[in-house]
Amino acid sequence: MSDTARDRILARLRRAPRDEAPRPAVEPPAPPAERRERVERLKTLLEAMRAEVRQVTETSWVEALGDVLRTRGIETLLYAPGTPVGQAVEAAWAADPDGLPGLVPYAAAAEQLKDRIFTVDAAVTAAAGAVADTGALILRPSAAEPRLMSLVPPVHVAVLRADTVFASLGEAMRAGRWSEDMPTNLVLVSGPSKTADIELILAFGVHGPKELIVLIVE
Amino acid sequence: MDDGFQQNVERALADDQLRRNFAFAMGNFILKRKAVFSDPTETERLRTVGEAIKRRALARLPELLEALEAACTRNGIRVHWAETAAVANRMVLEIIESHAATRVAKGKSMVSEEMHLNAFLAGHDIEVVETDLGEFIIQLAGETPSHIIVPAIHKNKAQIATIFHDKIPGAPYTEEVAELNAIARRTLRRKFQEAGVGLSGVNFAVAETGTLCLVENEGNGRMCTTVPPVHIALMGIEKVVESLEDLPPLLRLLTGSATGQLVTTYVNLITSPRRPGEKDGPTEVHLVLLDNGRSRIYQDPQLRRTLQCVRCGTCLNHCPVYTRIGGHAYGCVYPGPIGSILTPQMEGLDKAGELPLASSLCGACEEVCPVKIPITGLLRRLRDEAVSDAPGGIVPGRGSRRSLSERLAWKAWAWLNTHPHLNAAATALLGVFGDYLPPAGPLERWMRYRVEPQFSAKSLRRRVKEEKVAHE
Repeated sequence: MSDTARDRILARLRRAPRDEAPRPAVEPPAPPAERRERVERLKTLLEAMRAEVRQVTETSWVEALGDVLRTRGIETLLYAPGTPVGQAVEAAWAADPDGLPGLVPYAAAAEQLKDRIFTVDAAVTAAAGAVADTGALILRPSAAEPRLMSLVPPVHVAVLRADTVFASLGEAMRAGRWSEDMPTNLVLVSGPSKTADIELILAFGVHGPKELIVLIVE
Repeated sequence: MDDGFQQNVERALADDQLRRNFAFAMGNFILKRKAVFSDPTETERLRTVGEAIKRRALARLPELLEALEAACTRNGIRVHWAETAAVANRMVLEIIESHAATRVAKGKSMVSEEMHLNAFLAGHDIEVVETDLGEFIIQLAGETPSHIIVPAIHKNKAQIATIFHDKIPGAPYTEEVAELNAIARRTLRRKFQEAGVGLSGVNFAVAETGTLCLVENEGNGRMCTTVPPVHIALMGIEKVVESLEDLPPLLRLLTGSATGQLVTTYVNLITSPRRPGEKDGPTEVHLVLLDNGRSRIYQDPQLRRTLQCVRCGTCLNHCPVYTRIGGHAYGCVYPGPIGSILTPQMEGLDKAGELPLASSLCGACEEVCPVKIPITGLLRRLRDEAVSDAPGGIVPGRGSRRSLSERLAWKAWAWLNTHPHLNAAATALLGVFGDYLPPAGPLERWMRYRVEPQFSAKSLRRRVKEEKVAHE
């Protein structure tokens, strides 16, 4: 007899009569929707889940970001130095800082920054892609752009390239070869944090961001 | 729970507030599910895929568990195997103590309820804070969940306002839901920062990549698995699936069935602890694989299908019994139809043998189950097991509900109906005296909720004889 819990559990499972269960039919490929349709569907669904969506261009997104932050009276912005989004933010802020929030770089381990992360007003990150059919952003936090950025501050601005909007989650997985390279943490985000635990009444920002703003860059 | 069930049911049925809360909430869930699964053909296709994925994963369960362990270990996640809830509790405690932690932030996990983990840790001076809003409310109230997805659904906002005001220092009395949420946010943010360990459940574990999938709307799951330096994930061994490609249909089914959403606000895919150079996330991730009777249930090909469950709770929402008595009346961790088939198999028919009887076998649960668990068939099987005297079997407490009077009654019935003359005499007697039967014993119990049986003066047998009904 084997003597570890692991061996005993596995032995019991192996002793059971085997079921024949063929591999299920794979999800039929979604009709190849036009990019414009995918972006439109994503926008509609994200807005239905109370995210704010702005369609911007390569040259106008930083300006739109400034606008989003100014109208909300944001005083401090957490950003990821060294990332394309972070570099664009630094450049724009250096050119004309008037009315823009103070920048807080996420440049050290969370243990050194923890209080700072929990007190900033907003954060800006990139989205690695999006899923049109259910309406969700794909975030792939990394060493340069850590996990807490999209979670802790009350306002999260995500910058998404329109050419990374996939028709379905399955398509995003296949195109990005997820099974070969999963990051520490990958998260789908479809709106601001919400709950309906009290009388099924919807309330926002119970734990994560109260507001999600998505800038879709064409 | 056994002898208390009748009383629980009667108490619940007499509680108007509870019945209103549940009727409203369950009706709402049914409509929301319908809205997201509006195309019956597509829904049926999706359910067939979901069922096939889970059945195949179960068919390959030992191989997939080994693959999951190997992949997690490669990724730096430490895997622990526990045969019983007691062992799993001790494992969790040991991990917490090895980090000299005293505070734990916990996300929603039905397996932890099954383990009664909170009470165990409290007994060892570990402060565990539930961070899902609904779980937080009932933890403050000192109660247990009454629904798998919305654990505090039996409370209304006035009751919650009182609980917050009484139990959270400095919290004002308010019935504004936004305000109540803000109080919870403020209180729990501190708890996340103070916690030495974060605990979570697992919705699906992917064997191919060693990835733990966790769905949620609030962000507390992300907090528990990102902010504290150590993350412990708890899962039943039946939660493993083969590959990442299995996730899209399963996620659609789970969130659509649970809350009527196309996708939850957050879908977490956790594959490793913090890697070198990364600035946040736990530096240690542990995965506890709990058996607790599952490998025993697995021995029987029919009962095994119970293990397909993805814990969406939609069978509760659609159950006419659950909707009227609520979750607490069941007196166990998993209420509703799934609880009525799972609990007796885990804890024994001697302890929970009444639960499979708490069903009209209407089959509403089975029609909506996202992975097509044959719930009514399993209810009948367990009713049968409860009175079986055949040797063997894997359900604990088999035969514990056998009663002499029931057996004699059925024997008499069978005898009466296999002897035509006796049958004729008996039905003739009932035709004369049936309406004067004294309301006592079983008849009294029957008549408490139903109209009394009415007997025709002439039996069908007599009428056929007299009126000469011909076969068509």
